[in-house]
Amino acid sequence: MAWKSIETKHYEERDAFFRGLGRVSRRSFFKLAGVSAAAALAKGLVTPQSFQLVELAWAADDGGQAKPKFTFAYISDAHLYEQKLNDRFVRAILKAVDDVNALDPQPDFVLFGGDLAQLGQPKELTLGRDILKTVKAPVKMMVGEHDWFLDMGALWQQYFGPTHYSWDHKGVHFVTIMSVVEKDFWTARGMTPMQRMQTVAGLDNGVQSRFEVGEEGRKWLSDDLAKVDKATPVVVFSHSPLYKYYRPWNFWTDDADDVQAILRPFQHVTVIHGHTHQLLTNRIGNIQFHGMLSTAWPWPYAPEGLPKLTVQMNRADPFDQFDGCGDGAVDVLENGLANALYNLWDRNPITVKASYVASDGGQDRPPTTKLPSF
Amino acid sequence: MTKTSGLALVAALVVALGGGWLARSRAEAPHHAVPPSADGNLVVGLCDGVTSAEVQGVKEGERLTRSQAQAVSDQLMEEWRRKNPQANWDDARAVHVAQAAQGGALEQSVPPPEGSRPGASIKFGGAGAAEGAREAAQTKQGGAPQGQTGGGAGGMPAGPQGPVQDGHTYGAFSQRDVDIWKAATDEFVAQGDRIFHSADLLGGTIGVSCDMCHPNAANTHPETYPKFQVQFGRVALLRDMINWCIENPVRGKPLPDDDFKLRALEAYILAQRRGVPLEYGKH
Repeated sequence: MAWKSIETKHYEERDAFFRGLGRVSRRSFFKLAGVSAAAALAKGLVTPQSFQLVELAWAADDGGQAKPKFTFAYISDAHLYEQKLNDRFVRAILKAVDDVNALDPQPDFVLFGGDLAQLGQPKELTLGRDILKTVKAPVKMMVGEHDWFLDMGALWQQYFGPTHYSWDHKGVHFVTIMSVVEKDFWTARGMTPMQRMQTVAGLDNGVQSRFEVGEEGRKWLSDDLAKVDKATPVVVFSHSPLYKYYRPWNFWTDDADDVQAILRPFQHVTVIHGHTHQLLTNRIGNIQFHGMLSTAWPWPYAPEGLPKLTVQMNRADPFDQFDGCGDGAVDVLENGLANALYNLWDRNPITVKASYVASDGGQDRPPTTKLPSF
Repeated sequence: MTKTSGLALVAALVVALGGGWLARSRAEAPHHAVPPSADGNLVVGLCDGVTSAEVQGVKEGERLTRSQAQAVSDQLMEEWRRKNPQANWDDARAVHVAQAAQGGALEQSVPPPEGSRPGASIKFGGAGAAEGAREAAQTKQGGAPQGQTGGGAGGMPAGPQGPVQDGHTYGAFSQRDVDIWKAATDEFVAQGDRIFHSADLLGGTIGVSCDMCHPNAANTHPETYPKFQVQFGRVALLRDMINWCIENPVRGKPLPDDDFKLRALEAYILAQRRGVPLEYGKH
């Protein structure tokens, strides 16, 4: 064939490099990633390094108003297939791992925001686990629906432990909670585990149930927070947004109102969530919400229900695998709030500051989009 | 059966179904057989499938000049208007207005069929397919109790302003026809929906399907094509982008222009944008 796309050519160039990847051990895996970064540098491409520069600029930007206390990074929504089927998404999470490993100073920990696997397969979860083992900082795991609905979380829990857990870090109370519980839609339909998984894996089908934290999860959250002083800053990790954005795509948590009621007594609450694969900002009372970017693909903005504080990211360039994707970091501030940095690959990064959200968009507005979504 | 051979079977089935569909649609398209000229002159047929005109001085197999072609076209149109004196002929400008108007295009541009007015006379100007269908519809209507359909012929409601124009060649269909056409269209769209959501049907090799980035075909903006696609360095149609996506993110083989799957994908994507104004060239 005479004509080859930019992406095809790009793949051909890199294929030789990635061909051997399946054979390398976990130990040499990280070295290989280092070689990849060095190769990119040699070509004059500055990938992980741009990340650090932004960190510095951003710290200086705050001008002492609200000093960062500490930083954690995130990687989210990798949607891995097994490698021999799809190396595209593998490349993407490796790029994110390179990014966070190149951070200097290192983040206090790295949150993985859920949907490590695409169809909950053992090979997918194992590949993801092995890749995340190459992250230098400690990794905190969140479960997504793509990890869960094949075996109802059996392997995920074996690998990563409980879905709900909390810890205290430098005066901040962190909570990770599973928000992708679904009511049984599969038994009555006689679905196999794989059919159930594939149904949940589709965004735009009306068959599956809506996400929820569920009664058990809410009880766990209430009990956990009962021990915490109301003045202590609380950061909550969930996979789905803990509010109601767009029901048909499950950009939604059905019992969000009840969950928010549990969080309302606290002075400073920040929710960091995955699933939506886009720059997404919301505030409900004392609770600030930030969506995370995906490494695999960006979702378009839903046709309705977009929170008004959200400054959309530019439309993704379909000709660029990494455009609209990325990773990021969250800077927890002395004042108990948090700034969210969106490290959009192949674009200028965007920081959504706590001051922007707290002022309801009155100050520190992030740069607006050039091309509105359709 | 191995997974690979299973996939191959599915693919073969889709190809067979698609191929069959194409062959059938071509075979069933009505062909207008024009009467031969005794002098071997060229005979030109009108699009009504009935009317024809012989061109004096031009033999079968010869090419008309521009002015000859215009003259015979005018003659045929004149004849059609004579046969259909009360037909609702849409001039080009009127079509634009109908398209831009609010509401369904059907109600805007196509009046109810002949016979919606009780006691309307039926004119059979020929033996073409349209007249046959109209006759059948009228016979069926005659057998149904009056008033059951609210006064309209063939299940179509009567016009609110009373009498409607008759003698219309293109409006001879009933609500039942509309329902059948809608079912066929919806099925075509549903086929596109299945392909859109299936990496296997798309011919993808890495498990990626269209819906993974475009739930409900969001952000495909078919109404903005044709437009200059900078990345291609040329003007692109929607199908060019569909094929680009099949080839690159999906990593399948691009589909030929007349491929059933490409047509069904176009149908599905367009069907998600009902009511969105056409804005070709928009970026």
